[in-house]
Amino acid sequence: MARNDLQGSLDLLVLKSLAQMGEMHGYGIVLHIQRASDSLLSVEEGSLYPALHRMEQSGWISSAWALTETRRKAKYYKLTTAGRKQLEDAEASFEQLVKGVRAMLRYA
Amino acid sequence: MPILRRLANLFRRDKLQREIEAELAAHLAMRSEDNRAAGMSPREARRNAQLRFGNSASLTEKTMQADTALFLESLWLDTRFAMRQLRKSPGFAVIAVLMIAIGLGAATAIFAFVDAALIQPMPYKDPARLAAVYEVAEGCPLCNLSRQNWQDWRQTNTVFESFQAWGWASYLLRNSEGTTEARGARVSDGFFHTLGVIPVLGRDFYAGEEKPGATRTVLLSYSAWQKRFGSNPGVVGQSVRLSDNDYTIIGVLPREFHFAPLGEADFWTALNDLDSCEQRRGCHNLFGVARLKPGVTVAAAADAMRTMAAQLVVQYPDSNKGLSATAISLNDAIVGNMRPLLIALLCGSALLWIIASVNVISLLLIRSEGRRQEIAVRGALGASSGRLAWQFLLESFVLVTCGAACGIALAEITIRSMLHLIPTGRMDAMPYLLGLGLHSHAILFAASLACVSIIVCSLAPATRLASTFGGGSLHSGLAAGARGASGNTWRKLGARLVVVEVATAVILLAAAGLLGKSLFNLLHVDLGMQPDHLATLVVSAPKQVETDAQMMGLLRSLVDRVQSLPGVTRASVSSHLPDHDWDGGVMLVKPDDPPDKVPAPLPERDVSSSYLHTIGAQLLRGRYFTQEEDDASKPAIAIVNESLAKLYFPGQDPIGKRLAYMHSKNFMQIVGVVKDVKEGQMDTATRPVVYVPYMQGWSHSFYLVVRTATDAGAQLPTITAAVHGLNPLLATSDPVTMMTLINDSPSAYLHRSSAWVVGGFATLALLLSAVGLYGVIAYSVSQRRREIGVRMALGARRESVCYLVLREAGMLAAVGIAFGVIGSLCSATLIRSLLFGTQPWDVTTLLAVALLLAVCAFVASYIPARRAASLNPIEALRTE
Repeated sequence: MARNDLQGSLDLLVLKSLAQMGEMHGYGIVLHIQRASDSLLSVEEGSLYPALHRMEQSGWISSAWALTETRRKAKYYKLTTAGRKQLEDAEASFEQLVKGVRAMLRYA
Repeated sequence: MPILRRLANLFRRDKLQREIEAELAAHLAMRSEDNRAAGMSPREARRNAQLRFGNSASLTEKTMQADTALFLESLWLDTRFAMRQLRKSPGFAVIAVLMIAIGLGAATAIFAFVDAALIQPMPYKDPARLAAVYEVAEGCPLCNLSRQNWQDWRQTNTVFESFQAWGWASYLLRNSEGTTEARGARVSDGFFHTLGVIPVLGRDFYAGEEKPGATRTVLLSYSAWQKRFGSNPGVVGQSVRLSDNDYTIIGVLPREFHFAPLGEADFWTALNDLDSCEQRRGCHNLFGVARLKPGVTVAAAADAMRTMAAQLVVQYPDSNKGLSATAISLNDAIVGNMRPLLIALLCGSALLWIIASVNVISLLLIRSEGRRQEIAVRGALGASSGRLAWQFLLESFVLVTCGAACGIALAEITIRSMLHLIPTGRMDAMPYLLGLGLHSHAILFAASLACVSIIVCSLAPATRLASTFGGGSLHSGLAAGARGASGNTWRKLGARLVVVEVATAVILLAAAGLLGKSLFNLLHVDLGMQPDHLATLVVSAPKQVETDAQMMGLLRSLVDRVQSLPGVTRASVSSHLPDHDWDGGVMLVKPDDPPDKVPAPLPERDVSSSYLHTIGAQLLRGRYFTQEEDDASKPAIAIVNESLAKLYFPGQDPIGKRLAYMHSKNFMQIVGVVKDVKEGQMDTATRPVVYVPYMQGWSHSFYLVVRTATDAGAQLPTITAAVHGLNPLLATSDPVTMMTLINDSPSAYLHRSSAWVVGGFATLALLLSAVGLYGVIAYSVSQRRREIGVRMALGARRESVCYLVLREAGMLAAVGIAFGVIGSLCSATLIRSLLFGTQPWDVTTLLAVALLLAVCAFVASYIPARRAASLNPIEALRTE
């Protein structure tokens, strides 16, 4: 079975957000996930940061301080090459999980 | 590398923390801005942002964890906590560290010796393929080779890649200070090549340089090059005069080269000058060293030697009858006699280590009992059992690391002092100990012992802890009074540990007792002479002394001169000293023996007329030699010892009987019989010996044996000076007293060192097991306070309480002693080869040991017993 725990899906959501939107800060990622999922998914905001830092340490994303539109200093994250590869793997394993769960539910 | 970055982040923690806090604050600010924009009041907006975010302090911490190797920091904090815990009970910490240090230090020190002697390869090329070759005669299992036999075997053998020979030599050197004697060696030309030793300067011997008549060449040992030639690099090609012959120096041997069977030697010459012995097949004066062909085992080589020796017996029955030959590995030849001693010592130190470890474990267990409450509280506050076990592991890690560090220091000190105890003469024969120290092997050994200690020491309290958690007794742990059940478990375990300790101490004490008894027996062997007040000295006469008359004159004037010294009672000359066992042996026949009879070789001593009187031998029948018989022209006579008389003339009076060397018609008449003098090592059986007048078979080098009225050692310089004063061409060497010779003899040394070391272990073991017993009984008493209080409240008398405790201790000690006696019977059989004059099942030793331990156990348990008896029942019941 692929890695499909909660943490795995949070990683997937973050990586996918960065892939879709390019550079984003943590708050932006929260907003994007909410908007893109039609408010079906809401990330616990604080728990995002340990995940972001762990992924940065793993080399999947990189960060830099920059100014927001409201001229506030915030840390922006973007995908690295390794992160792109990781995203592909995570997407594939998530597809597997969805397929598996669906098959399980349909079983009569 | 993420791990490196995380480690680096550990050092910029503050900066990192500020950065994370800023990042989180930015998030909160943006959220509250959006909230306000959506119409919330500023206060509500902030509150909502906080709620959505969660506990920001803990999130900062969690984020930080993602960035840094925090486990390292917590390791450091836990270690500091462990050290704090140990500092809180300094008594416990110091005793535990000391025990670990003693156990580990002793084992490591002994292991360093084992490593140097038995594990480190000898400093030769491919040493496993080197063998020592000997001839075998009755009563002489590893005897020297005859040159002619060796040359034949060298030609015909199929098992050796190369077969070399070496022999002892000594050379007279004349310099400004007079004549001195230098030790040397004569070796066949392929000797160094066979060992794989390459001179650091100059060259090795050429093939053929050993042939009689070849140019005389010499290789210098490194130390001779340093002290005699000032490390002059131009020494090669120079000439050196040794015993009135000129030798060309061809090279210098490496500094680390040594050849243990021979010991120290300054001058290494080729075997090219045949001495008188080497011209006869029947005379044996060389030793063999050979390199086995690849794939040939030592056993196969020994078989081949036996077969070849049998062929020579057929070919040369006159000289070779009754002789065989064998080969053993060179390693066995060098360290064979040390192996049983070292293994016994290693076992002894292992036992000591076990006792020390058991004590530490029992201390830790007692301590973990005392910490039940602390542990229960920590468990109740959410510490997982894994977390607590981790804490125990760290505590024992700190403890054992300190102990191991002290132990290694202790081992270093022990090694140094033990090396000091080895007499220099013995050291020559054990050159492999020269580089002894705490090398990688010994450190690795200490580290693995420490690892075992860490595991065992943390397992013990951790398993106790598991029972605390598993049995749902967290509660009972919190309740101060509920100690009963778990206390009992420990009492049982502690009791078993003490039994192990006492048994181990019995084994060590019994071994020490047996070894001590052996040493005593050895030093009190009936030598058949009076060794005190005897001074001995090697004297070598110059080549100018050629004729019997010249030698006779020299001998008489020498004896007279020395005898006239103040403080000297009597002087004499002998070919050997009593402790020598390297005599080739002579074969004696009686006139009426059948011509094909081959007698066993027995030692012959060539002595001057006053010798037997000087050493204090006891004349049983007949007479000593007279001074007139110090004369080669007189008829041949002999004095025999009691053993020889019994062997050759059982039930007859040997006086007037005649003996001759085999194949000689020149019979010697027996004029006297002396009580057996121990000729040879003290731990060997007394041998039949024949004494003949020195002039009947003299050589240039002999021993001057002098009886003094005052301290023999103090007389040695005077005697040496007198010899030089008589004739400056006389060389002297090895001045030593007979008592020193006996005390430093290989057998006495072997027995003394083993007795001392095992005795030291045994003393420590006794001490440690007494401490262990005391700990267990004291703990047991403290556990039974309430019970004792109840008993006393119900009217038990103080004596009966005391008896109660003593009985518990007595049972443990008795069981321990019983197991120990069984164990020591087994172990004594293992050290049988080190025993002398005592049986492994020596009843007095075992009884004494059992008694000693019983007394110690009584003393160790009497203190807590008295404390129990003086308990105030009211107080005891109230505190519980």
